[in-house]
Amino acid sequence: MFEVFGISSQALFGQLLIGLINGSFYALLSLGLAVIFGMLNIINFTHGAQYMLGAFTAFFLLQYAGLGYWWAIIIAPLIVGVSGVILERLFLQWLYKLDHLYGLLLTFGLALIFEGTFRNFFGSSGLPYSVPPALQGGRNLGFMFLPNYRAWVVVFSLAVCLTTWFVIERTKLGSYLRAATENPTLVRAFGINVPRMITLTYGFGVALAALAGVMAAPIYNVSPQMGADLIIVVFAVVVIGGMGSIMGAIVTGFGLGIIEGLTKVFFPEASNTVIFIVMAIVLLIRPAGLFGRGT
Amino acid sequence: MESVADPKFAHATRSHSEAIAFVIMAGAFIIAPFLAYPVFLMKVLCFALFACAFNLLIGYVGLLSFGHALFFGWGAYLAAHLAKVGAISLPFWLGKWHWIVIPLPPLPPELAILGGMLFAALLGLIVGALAIRRQGIYFAMITLALAQMMYFFAIQAPFTHGEDGIQAVPRGRLFGFIDLADQTNMYVTVLVIFLGSFLLIYRIVNSPFGEVLKAIRENEPRAISLGYKTERYKLVAFVLSATFAGLAGATKALVFQLASLTDVYWTMSGEVILMTLVGGMGTLFGPVAGAFFVLTLENYLTTIGQWVFVVQGAIFVVCVLLFRRGIIGELAKLLRIKL
Repeated sequence: MFEVFGISSQALFGQLLIGLINGSFYALLSLGLAVIFGMLNIINFTHGAQYMLGAFTAFFLLQYAGLGYWWAIIIAPLIVGVSGVILERLFLQWLYKLDHLYGLLLTFGLALIFEGTFRNFFGSSGLPYSVPPALQGGRNLGFMFLPNYRAWVVVFSLAVCLTTWFVIERTKLGSYLRAATENPTLVRAFGINVPRMITLTYGFGVALAALAGVMAAPIYNVSPQMGADLIIVVFAVVVIGGMGSIMGAIVTGFGLGIIEGLTKVFFPEASNTVIFIVMAIVLLIRPAGLFGRGT
Repeated sequence: MESVADPKFAHATRSHSEAIAFVIMAGAFIIAPFLAYPVFLMKVLCFALFACAFNLLIGYVGLLSFGHALFFGWGAYLAAHLAKVGAISLPFWLGKWHWIVIPLPPLPPELAILGGMLFAALLGLIVGALAIRRQGIYFAMITLALAQMMYFFAIQAPFTHGEDGIQAVPRGRLFGFIDLADQTNMYVTVLVIFLGSFLLIYRIVNSPFGEVLKAIRENEPRAISLGYKTERYKLVAFVLSATFAGLAGATKALVFQLASLTDVYWTMSGEVILMTLVGGMGTLFGPVAGAFFVLTLENYLTTIGQWVFVVQGAIFVVCVLLFRRGIIGELAKLLRIKL
């Protein structure tokens, strides 16, 4: 252990790690928002609630079906993704021709419904969810103690983000997706079922949020409002990065997580607000966002 | 934005229908204290003003602010602080933190409200200048994020007293001789503030300035091509909206003698959006009807706890899918008049 600027290495790297973990969630969530916005032209305010639903699904699976973390990380995103597909078919599909604002308002209403319902049944205090046995404990790296689970979260979410990037930017399916984002009518004329693609895209974006929720469950408690304040930070992340670029969303997410972690070490009073301050500065210097195209 | 009133028949009956509706509304609020609980009515008036301020942006410029609780809540905080304590301490950094203290006595209600309003206007100028740099959906996200930032400030700033809020704010004597502790005096004051602001908003919306705002709502590129500096118009509209929202918050702080974190949290922004949506975006009387509807509903639902949010969410969904004109918008369409 050593000291940097009068701060013990354990504190510094510990906060950096927490920053990276928060960054993973920012990246996963803003990635989902960007993918959904690209196809549906809707900012999914329900995203925070769906992150919460992912965590709760993991909790239920353990509680009532005896299925542990490794099952949950596969099943919970599937279940929440399917629920997203249903939401899209029931509600969102009627809004595509309207002003973007209505999509935001509708998904905001859905978020209120989900969060209100869960708060009603589970109160405001969190429910514990333990770290899977295989990832318990940690290792001493000399300059800090690294809990295994946290390392796993960072590595796994990075892998998921990069896979998503690869699929969208480098595969045939991704090229259909990007084409449909640019000009859905033309892509339909080529015989591709664009409405189905839109539905599945929403399901996929939502599943990403649920996946983040499952990963968050052992770190934070599972609680009904775990996503409510998070989604606002993610909005700021999206404003900073701009939604035009997948890689942009990933880089911005992780980067802002790290900045937030560092702020916790050096200027803890501002740790809640630093991302919003960064957003204000970016708006002044580069109004279109760091990776944005136009407005 | 979907235009609510059909312009074909709007002009012929405009002044009449709106004037008659205004007289009905004013009359109803004058009679109402004899029929209903005055504190509830004052709450309706404050929120109606808040919703009208919000509607000035969404209804007439097409800008969705998701952070209007910021102006409402901070207007309330500042008015409450000025009325109760007065002295303002500002921190500044000079090697280490210092406090500069502006010694003020507790201010009379009219100055406290004015202070809250001006502070909201200042915040509106800063937030507006940042937010109008992006359009559409980003605008909503930026205002929401900045409001959340100021919510965290409100938690940390000592003068807001965190979770407790500023309690037991004295109502004081208006202009030195009207005792606002008296419920009737307070009600009349709130009513005068509301009706005055309502007429002012009506004037703004129907002025040449307001016409430009509507042009921006309908087609911003075209307004730009006609030579209007739309950013300036949007900023002025934003500051005006923030000022009225601050006025509503400041008045609310005196009525309930309380300014708290609830007023600056995003749920409050959601609530004012809901009121305007239910009443009818872009209609003059919609926000008032919406405020009355939502608050009455909440009044009946207080016993069911967290289900209130579920009900609010359901109303959002129903309104967006089936009922985008809102109560007053549908009424205006039914009667073929402008409201």
